[in-house]
Amino acid sequence: MTIEITMPALSPTMEEGNLAKWLKAVGDKIEPGEVIAEIETDKATMEVEAADEGTLGKIVVDEGTENVKVNSVIAILLEEGEDDSALEGAGPSANGAASADADDTGGKTEAASDERETPAEGKVHPEPKKPEPSSLPEVPEGTEMVQTTVREALRDAMAEEMRNDDRVFVMGEEVAEYQGAYKVTQGLLDEFGARRVVDTPITEHGFAGVGVGAAMAGLRPIVEFMTFNFAMQAIDHIINSAAKTRYMAGGEMGSPVVFRGPNGAAARVAAQHSQDYAAWYSHVPGLKVIQPYSAADAKGLLKAAIRDPNPIVFLENEILYGQSFDVPKMDDFVLPIGKARIHRSGKDVTLVSFGIGMTYAIKAADELAEMGIDAEVIDLRTIRPMDLDTVIESVKKTNRLITIEEGFPQSSVGDYIANQVQRRAFDYLDAPVISIAGKDVPMPYAANLEKLALPNVGEVIEAVKAVTYKD
Amino acid sequence: MKNTAELSLYVPEPSGRPGDEPDFSNVPLQDAGEQRCPDTLTPEIELRDMPYGLVRVLDDDGKAVGPWAPDLSTDHLMRGLDAMVRTRIFDDRMFRANRQGKTSFYMKSTGEEAIGAAQSLCLGERDMCFPTYRILSWLMARDYPMTALGNQIFSNAEDPLKGRQLPVLYSARDYGFYSISGNLGSRLGHAVGWAMASAYRHDDSIALGYVGEGTTAEGNVHEALTFAGVYRAPVILCITNNQWAISSFSGIAGGNRTTFAAKALAYGIPGLRVDGNDFLAIHAATDWARERALGNKGATLIELVTYRAAAHSSSDDPTRYRPKGESEAWPLGDPVERLKQHLIQRGDLTEDGYTDLHEDCEKRVRAAIREAEAVGTLGQSKPSVKAMFEEVFKEPDWRQIEQRRELGY
Repeated sequence: MTIEITMPALSPTMEEGNLAKWLKAVGDKIEPGEVIAEIETDKATMEVEAADEGTLGKIVVDEGTENVKVNSVIAILLEEGEDDSALEGAGPSANGAASADADDTGGKTEAASDERETPAEGKVHPEPKKPEPSSLPEVPEGTEMVQTTVREALRDAMAEEMRNDDRVFVMGEEVAEYQGAYKVTQGLLDEFGARRVVDTPITEHGFAGVGVGAAMAGLRPIVEFMTFNFAMQAIDHIINSAAKTRYMAGGEMGSPVVFRGPNGAAARVAAQHSQDYAAWYSHVPGLKVIQPYSAADAKGLLKAAIRDPNPIVFLENEILYGQSFDVPKMDDFVLPIGKARIHRSGKDVTLVSFGIGMTYAIKAADELAEMGIDAEVIDLRTIRPMDLDTVIESVKKTNRLITIEEGFPQSSVGDYIANQVQRRAFDYLDAPVISIAGKDVPMPYAANLEKLALPNVGEVIEAVKAVTYKD
Repeated sequence: MKNTAELSLYVPEPSGRPGDEPDFSNVPLQDAGEQRCPDTLTPEIELRDMPYGLVRVLDDDGKAVGPWAPDLSTDHLMRGLDAMVRTRIFDDRMFRANRQGKTSFYMKSTGEEAIGAAQSLCLGERDMCFPTYRILSWLMARDYPMTALGNQIFSNAEDPLKGRQLPVLYSARDYGFYSISGNLGSRLGHAVGWAMASAYRHDDSIALGYVGEGTTAEGNVHEALTFAGVYRAPVILCITNNQWAISSFSGIAGGNRTTFAAKALAYGIPGLRVDGNDFLAIHAATDWARERALGNKGATLIELVTYRAAAHSSSDDPTRYRPKGESEAWPLGDPVERLKQHLIQRGDLTEDGYTDLHEDCEKRVRAAIREAEAVGTLGQSKPSVKAMFEEVFKEPDWRQIEQRRELGY
C-alpha cells in the first residue's frame, strides 16, 4: 500500500496554504520525521515532516502551488519493496483524507466544508448588531436563516447526529421521560426510544464512567450533566479516564465522549450551583473545551463535537438556553472546533469573550459605539484548542485588549490570553491587557450580591476607557 | 431504653500482626464440591444464599469434585499451568530487577496467578477485560510477548507505551486487556459501560472487570454495581479478595462483617464466592457468569478468595504489618501447586514432566527479559522524546508539534 502525504494544518484556523518548496525529489529515500517540504500561510512558513518511511513515489502538488487545501494529498510515498507500479490507482482520490477517519465519523466526511463559500459582505446579516458575514464563512450565500433558541439548536444538533449515526446516544439524569432538566433533550425519547435516550441513576461519577466505557467500545455517547456544577463529582472520569487514556495506552484506546450541560451562574442558585468551568477544563491536555454563545454556534459545534474522536467538554448556559438567534437552514451545518468568530469588526479595542460573557461584550460594544469607540468583539467559541491567531491579528489592528468571562479571576481564561498576547504581540500593545472576571468569592445567593459578583457592562466600558485613555 | 452502653469507637483489627501466629479461622470456608450449582438462568431471588458459600472444585488430593467441576481438556489446563508458572517466574525476576535498579517499580501477583489465567482462557477473543495490576497471568495465558512486558517495565526505547505509564500498568487491547488505571476502581465503571455498549449493539461480547477488596470502599464500585444491576449489563464484576490492601486487612473494607460477594445482594445481581486459588473453580464460576450474561440475564459479581503472598509492591515490606508464615498458613493453598497436583492426579502430568515444564518456562522468561534488557533497562535506553508529544489527541496537534520543536526534536 502506498502512503498518502497530506497538506498539514499548522494552526486551528488554517484551511489552505502554499506549497513553497519541495526539499525531496521523486526517488529519494525518506525517514520518519525528515523535513520533506516547506509550506507557507499568510502568517508563517512551516516545514512538513514525513510521518512514515519510504521512497518518494510521486509529487502530486508541485512547488509554487498556492491555496492548497488542508488534508489534500500532496505526495505519495512508496513503502519498502514497492515500485512505481504501486502508484497506479493511488493518488489524490476524492475521499483520500476523509476515508482514513471514516471509522470515527460513521462514514461521514467533512468534505462539505470545502464546498462552502464565503458569503459576500453584508448579504446574510444586514443588521449591524448581528454577526457579520465574515464571521460565518461556513454558510453559503443566500442561506435561509431561522430564528432558533439555543435550547432548540442543541436538541436539533443531537437529533441530527442521532439520525445519521446509530452509535450516538444520550444519557444522563432526567434526559428521557422528563425531556431534560432544562428541556434540552425535548422530543428525543419519542423519536429515538429508551435505548438511545437513557435515564440514569443519580451519580454523575457513575454515568461519566459508563460513558467512557461505552466510548471505548466504539459508541459515541453524549453525557448530559444536569449542570456542570454537579459534574465536579465526575471530574475524575473526565480528566483521568477520558482525557488521558489515549495517551497512557500508547494510542490504543480513545474515548470520544461529549460531556455537555449548563455551566456557570444562572440566577439565585448560590455558591455550589453557579460556577464557570471554562478555565478548569481548558487546563487539561487531551480535552477539547467548547463554550458557545449563539444558537448557530451551539448547533454547529455540538455536531462537530459528537463527530470528534476526542473527549469534549461542551459548556452551555442556562440563561442563554431561551435566547433566539439566526441559525442557517442547512442539511448538515457543522462548524470547525477551535475557531473563533469575529462577532463585530472594530478598530479601537478588542473585546474577547465566550459563552454568556459575550452578552457583556456585545452590550458594551454597542454603548461604546455611541461614544465613538469602535470595538472589535471576538467570540472564542472554543476555549481549547484556542484560536489565539484571531485574537493576535485583532490586537495587531486595535493595539488594545480586554477579556471578559464570568469565572474566577485567578488562572482565568483571560489571564492565559493576556500572557500569550504579551508574548506574541508585545510591540503592538498600547496599553496593558485587562482581564475582567467574576469576583474572587463563592457566588452569593442574594440578588444584589450576585449581581456584584458577576462582571457587568459598566466594568467593560470602564476598562475600555482606561486602555484607550479616554475619560 | 434497656440495651444501652457507653459509646466507644470500634476500629477493626486483623487476627494477627507481626509476632502473632497466623490465624485464618475467621475466613468462612466450605469443602470442595459442597456448594450447589444452579442453572445459569436461575432468577436472582433464588440465588441469595450463594454469596455466603464458597465454590470449590479441587479437593485436598487435587481431585475435581462436585457440581461445579468443569470439563476441561488437558491442553487447556496445561496452557493455564504454563501461564501461571511463567507469571511466577517473571514476577520473581522482575522483582529482583527492581532491586538491581533496572526498573523503578514492580508489583507481583504471587499467589493470585490462577485468576487471570483461568479467566483469560475462559473469555472469548472479543470480550474485554478491565484489569488491575495483579492480572499479569491474563496476558501470559494469551501469549502476550514477554519481551514487550519487559520493555514496558524497563521504560526503554521499545516500550509499547512509549515511556508514558508506570511499570506494570500495561495496555494490550488486542489481547482483550484494557489499559490499567492507577485510580482504583475507575475501570469497573468502564467495564459496565463497555458491556452496555455491547448490549446496545445486540453484540455477543461481554466485559469483565476487577477490583481488589480494599477498593470496594470506592464509590466507583457501588456506581458500577448500580448500573450493572439497573441495565442488566453483560458484565462479570470480580472482587479479588487477597486479604490485604497494603497494610489494611480486609476488615478495614468491611470484610469481617460479611462477604464481599454479598455486596451483590443489595444490587439485585447474583453474587458468587469462589476459591481464588482453584483454577477449576474460577474457570467454572466465570463460565457460569458468562453464560448467564450471554443469556441476557445481566451481571454477576464474583468474589475470588485468595491471598497476596508477596508484598503489595516493590516499595512495601509486609513483614512490618502481618504475621510471619501467613502465606504458608493460608487455608486455600497455592494455586500453582494445586493445579499441578490436579494434572498429576488426572494422569496428565508427572513430577518430572512438571520439572521440565518449569525449566522450559524459565528459559523462555529469561530469554524474553534478556531481549528487553538488551534494548536497555531503566535510564540506559530511553523512550522517544518525539512520542511524548503524540497521541494527546487522535489527530496530530500543532501545539504539541510546536512544543516538540522547541525542545529540538
